[in-house]
Amino acid sequence: MAFKKLINSKKLLSLFAMLTLFGTQVLMAQVESTTKAAEGAPAAAANAADKPSVWAGPFYYILLFLVVCFAVAIVGKILRVYDLTKQIQGKKPMNWNNITGILFLLFLILGLYGSYWSFTTQGAMILPSAASVHGESLDTMFFITFGITVVVFIITQVLLFGFLFQYRGSDKRKATYYPHNNTIEAAWTIAPAIVLTVLVVFGFTTWRKITNHVDAEGEAASIDIEVVGHQFAWELRYPGKDQKLGEMNYKLVSGTNKVGVNFKDKHSMDDLVADTLVVPVNKSIRLNIHAQDVIHSVYMPHFRVQLNAVPGLPTFFKFTPTVTTREMKAKEDNAKFEYLLYCNKICGGGHYNMQKVVRVVTEAEYQKWLAQQKPYLTDALKKELHFAETEQKEEKSENRLALNN
Amino acid sequence: MSTLSVQDHHGVHHDEHGHEHHHDTFLTKYVFSQDHKMIAKQFLITGIIMAVFAMLLSILFRIQLAYPDKAFPLMETILGRFAPEGRMDPNFYLSLVTIHGTIMVFFVLTAGLSGTFSNLLIPLQLGARDMASPFMNMLSYWLFFLASLVMIGSFFVEKGPAGPGWTIYPPLSALPKAMPGSDMGMTLWLVSMVMFVASQLMGGINYVSTVLNMRTKGMDLWKMPLTIWAFFLTAILGVLAFPVLVAGVVLLIFDRSVGTSFYLSDIVLGGVPQPFEGGSPILFQHLFWFLGHPEVYIVIMPALGISSEIIATNSRKPIFGYHAMVYSLIGITVLSFIVWGHHMFVTGMNPFLGGVFMITTLIIAVPSAVKTFNYLATLWRGNIRFTPAMMFAVGLVSFFISGGLTGIYLGNAALDINLHDTYFVVAHFHLVMGSAAIFGMLAGVYHWFPKMFGRLMDEKLGYLHFWITFIGAYLVFFPMHFMGLDGVPRRYYAFTEFESFERWLSVNTFITWAAIMAAVAQVAFLFNFFYSIFFGKKTTQNPWGSNTLEWTTPIERIHGNWPGDIPTVYRWPYDYSKPGHDEDFIPQTVPYSETMSSNLPHDFENNPVGMDEYNKWTNTQRSNEEVK
Repeated sequence: MAFKKLINSKKLLSLFAMLTLFGTQVLMAQVESTTKAAEGAPAAAANAADKPSVWAGPFYYILLFLVVCFAVAIVGKILRVYDLTKQIQGKKPMNWNNITGILFLLFLILGLYGSYWSFTTQGAMILPSAASVHGESLDTMFFITFGITVVVFIITQVLLFGFLFQYRGSDKRKATYYPHNNTIEAAWTIAPAIVLTVLVVFGFTTWRKITNHVDAEGEAASIDIEVVGHQFAWELRYPGKDQKLGEMNYKLVSGTNKVGVNFKDKHSMDDLVADTLVVPVNKSIRLNIHAQDVIHSVYMPHFRVQLNAVPGLPTFFKFTPTVTTREMKAKEDNAKFEYLLYCNKICGGGHYNMQKVVRVVTEAEYQKWLAQQKPYLTDALKKELHFAETEQKEEKSENRLALNN
Repeated sequence: MSTLSVQDHHGVHHDEHGHEHHHDTFLTKYVFSQDHKMIAKQFLITGIIMAVFAMLLSILFRIQLAYPDKAFPLMETILGRFAPEGRMDPNFYLSLVTIHGTIMVFFVLTAGLSGTFSNLLIPLQLGARDMASPFMNMLSYWLFFLASLVMIGSFFVEKGPAGPGWTIYPPLSALPKAMPGSDMGMTLWLVSMVMFVASQLMGGINYVSTVLNMRTKGMDLWKMPLTIWAFFLTAILGVLAFPVLVAGVVLLIFDRSVGTSFYLSDIVLGGVPQPFEGGSPILFQHLFWFLGHPEVYIVIMPALGISSEIIATNSRKPIFGYHAMVYSLIGITVLSFIVWGHHMFVTGMNPFLGGVFMITTLIIAVPSAVKTFNYLATLWRGNIRFTPAMMFAVGLVSFFISGGLTGIYLGNAALDINLHDTYFVVAHFHLVMGSAAIFGMLAGVYHWFPKMFGRLMDEKLGYLHFWITFIGAYLVFFPMHFMGLDGVPRRYYAFTEFESFERWLSVNTFITWAAIMAAVAQVAFLFNFFYSIFFGKKTTQNPWGSNTLEWTTPIERIHGNWPGDIPTVYRWPYDYSKPGHDEDFIPQTVPYSETMSSNLPHDFENNPVGMDEYNKWTNTQRSNEEVK
């Protein structure tokens, strides 16, 4: 009943009236200024921008919230009065079991429609089909899993809300005493077990194929490319004519030797640096992934490639791109389309902007591009190394391989 | 009687002198209370305050995501240097995300949920006068309280609270120079978590020992309500898993302040090679997720237990497959220790291990599926009464299905390559453990509020709260799946730097407004909760027509729980709508001899004497009929 007092309190009512009055005034001022702005006077617009809107904003929302609260209280009150008058007239009180049951049924229908809408509208905005060889098998697996889960989703939600509606409470009925049924229980333990086994076997073999493949004999070796992550950028290194990347050691990192290439290794001499990750189509690429400071993650969603870059733990990911950037531009009907490599493991304040453009080109274009890249061993670095050569101690490679092959 | 003598002493003392002879001061009754019911309320109210705090944090970062280009002068007024000129600082955004996650997972859904309902229900539903060690129980709360203070206090240090995500992966969390959030704020985070784990251990040991030692006469394990089973197994999980987190955290503290290299190796910071050598960041991930994965079951299992009880009570039907429910809880408990690697498929962990973890992960889906089907079967042909508690429990089932199904994608190592750390993951765990667990907690609050405060919460406000929250949660998390499928990463301060993500801006704005709507709906709950404590309608002794023991205690919530002897238990807790009985429930304290008309042969499976009596009774009934 104190609730009643609260609503009937005159002080509160007058306070509310005052708030509303003040609120409308502020609101009107805002509306006025916006209409002025709309009339096209730039000076007025500028005025309106730095005038009261700063404080009207939050206050307006608080006011709105209070209005909603009062509306809710009033609706609650009306319902109560309606219910009581019904009872006084000797009719049955409101049956909330029925109302809620119907609301649940309504929720089911609207919810199913909503998910359908979401699947078609937002589902159309997801990544295009995979642009790599292993990505295609992942896509197939994704859609198989999708098919299974959507069917289960619909059936279980329909049963859940359907039962809520169908068996909504009533004084006339008693529930069925049905504590257990071993056959049914065994059935619905075994059924998901079988489905999951199928998914596991499929997933396991695909996973092993992706992570555990060595260059087959006779097949051309993968192109080694090194990606080094640091806060907040990626460094790229391509092998030179010898097709091999020189060794690296974090202790050699300096202003000129950004990733710490060890020039005692003769493979290092002809290595190239690049700004863009350019790769030839239909060639196996092996990304050698390093991190210098904290964990980053090399994420190239179009190719279904992701692997963390861990300091002290070199990792690699092998993939074969199948669609060139040009083809993808046409397919996506977007002239500005670019494949991207971006960081997908929280790494600090600049995490949200740590990207690299990836370009898939034909073999001829690739060779042409590669010829234009600058050597890693710059003049400045040569100079520095010349001085450092005598001091440089024997550094054995301590790189440990993360992946098991 | 299976209670310990110390507990009996309390009871006896109480019986002899009556209530008025307790000289409880305000301090001993409300602050340093050793009564499990008061400690439960302390946990609940602290948990609610922490939940509101963490929810406000989420609204702050949702506003940032919806309006990345807009300045909010008010934000500067509130946040000061963390939002210069009304624009949130990217590092502070990460801090918000981190503390939101930490508070929600640990402080609300672990301490707030287990702490409240284990404390309240274990003694009440088992027929014990209090916990096994009330003093330790009090310490458990106060350590939790201190941990909460430190965690919130970290907002007041110069560089802001911890920021490397709630999983605090080193090296980011180990190198104070790597980000502002790895400085003092991170130290406070670690200190807070050590206290928190100590609190959880004290609580957990208490729960386990109470369940094992202090059950009343007749309460064998197979007569325990599913809530108790869930709390019991949760406590075991916590006791076994939390110490591993402390181990991991202590090594991290060493790395941060003593100069060891447990997690660090080959690090260059600001162009200068650092002296760390030989450590492995992956080691921390193993230690963290060895707790971290059981943790998500620590969060969801009590919620499942609570909803089992509430769904059975309000469907007026026995829970379907009681034994299967218990075995699936046990299965989840055991399996949850060997699935932690599915958080690490793409971290550079040996891929063969990834394959193994994928198999164990998909196995754990089976008991979860069984639980869902059993809930559905419980509702089938029930006589469903829609109390707010029931609605929240059903909401839990719906979220558990929706979020659980996406787990099948993420548990698959191959599919996880492209989904890892995207919004798909965010959507998945917010539905399956976030929303589902919080709905379990809210269901529990609505259901046991009369037991805690002797009054009822307003039902209509409860309905309003349910509908807005339920719809709001789906509107927030459903679209996130598609963002994840487009490769949108989580923990991004803004999506303005990527042209391809710009089309998601309208969706982000929509999600933010849905989140604000759901947050505002919580005001209905908060008002209802605090108002009803003082002015709610007075409750009757057993307002829901429930079978379990807690409803046989007096409304006044006396110290020692039952004024006279502790009641004896004769039957399982789910005899709802048993045919042949005049009422639709038979409390556990009613012996079979008083309900001859409704007994079934199944009730006497391990009880030959009872079986003889039952046969005799049915024979006489039959002969009586023949005479007629």
